[in-house]
Amino acid sequence: MRKIAASEIDELTYHLCVKANCFILEDIKQGLGNALLHSTGRQKDVLSILVENVELAEQTRVPICQDTGIVVVFMDIGQEVMVVDGYIEEAINSGVRRAYHDAYLRNSVVSDPIIRKNTDDNTPAMIHTRIVKGSSLRLIVMPKGSGGENMSGLWMFKPADGVNEIVNTLVMHVKQVGAFSCPPLIIGVGIGGSFEVAPLLAKRALLRQIGESHPEHHIAEIEHKLLEKINRLKIGPAGLGGSPTVLSVNIETCATHIASLPVAMNLCCYANRHCEGTL
Amino acid sequence: MHPKKIHTPLDKETILSLHAGEHVFLSGDVYTLRDAAHKRLVGLYDSHHLVGKEREKKLDISGQIVYYTGLTPLLPHGCPGSAGPTTSARMDKYTTRLLDAGMAGMIGKGPRGMDIVRSIRDHQSIYFVAVGGAGAFLAQRIKKAEIVAFDDLGCEAVFRLSVEDFPLWVGVDSKGKTMWDTMLG
Repeated sequence: MRKIAASEIDELTYHLCVKANCFILEDIKQGLGNALLHSTGRQKDVLSILVENVELAEQTRVPICQDTGIVVVFMDIGQEVMVVDGYIEEAINSGVRRAYHDAYLRNSVVSDPIIRKNTDDNTPAMIHTRIVKGSSLRLIVMPKGSGGENMSGLWMFKPADGVNEIVNTLVMHVKQVGAFSCPPLIIGVGIGGSFEVAPLLAKRALLRQIGESHPEHHIAEIEHKLLEKINRLKIGPAGLGGSPTVLSVNIETCATHIASLPVAMNLCCYANRHCEGTL
Repeated sequence: MHPKKIHTPLDKETILSLHAGEHVFLSGDVYTLRDAAHKRLVGLYDSHHLVGKEREKKLDISGQIVYYTGLTPLLPHGCPGSAGPTTSARMDKYTTRLLDAGMAGMIGKGPRGMDIVRSIRDHQSIYFVAVGGAGAFLAQRIKKAEIVAFDDLGCEAVFRLSVEDFPLWVGVDSKGKTMWDTMLG
């Protein structure tokens, strides 16, 4: 067994929280830059502000967005890893707590969904754990704001519905809610699994680089169709009209039941903040 | 075309002169107000015995512009690092009550419900849209931030922000015309 100290997990979480909130990923920066190059008028004004925003955040180390999110953590633990000197989830929450305090990130978590009292340290993180082969521990930290989350959805289609029905439903949904989020959007779609699996697939789909198609041709085709149709909605950057409305549509799939066709869509703002590290 | 420069407090004449879709630079004081503070403020306004007393404690929003945002904590220099708009439609439930109380206008992101569009028209108010996701950029245009109420709400407390050339678009004008109508038309 390989021993990893809980304090190392704490430290890694800390750094990933700060980095994800202040530094945008290169593929997204390029996507935004390309969109700016092809824009005119009001779209150009808005995209220039967004490009300047990410540059400012990086240079002055301030958060890209004031909604520094609830912290979603994807953790892959090698089955040969043994965590010592502490409990994993406490270590992750400690990293979140310290990062949000030290880096002046906003505390955006309430302890009870009905009473709604702020926890004042942005914990707990939403942790999704997989036990995998090997002897390393990988963390992906994704601060997720509510602008996109509140506009996301889950649909339980019938197997008879087919691809067109799915595509039309998702496009109609974005038409209704896209402007409430922060376009140009990155859209994660999860197809298959059981009721709880599809939304998690949708969220994991956001982790794929933008513009990189699904390896399976028939899924890549659906991605392409969704991208085209959603961009034809002309919701535009910041919802102020024009193009682009979406920078990337990423689909992840999973096996499912003979009677089921769950589809989940997770909307994400243009910044799609996340970063990863491995111990 | 350069955006029109406007200053708070916005007088009726200025509000009436602005049209849906128009780009403006706003300067002056605005007040942050989001979910929890809306709930509390409307609760106070509806508790008649508290109105006079609480309004004296700088809670009177009449004539003011409200900004739907929850700031990141103030940095040592006294301003937030990031301060972009949040989704306005979440406040729709409270908006007419605050317009009745004299709120002059709002800043946020995204469309409003039809009932709120009508309410904005009936009150000759105005709704501006800021660029969602541009928190770092917009924070640079905040020159001063000061907490004025509900400090127990943390990031949902009410702050008075002194802004300079805040880039906005008119989302709903005082005639009840929306930027989204003009986009479709």
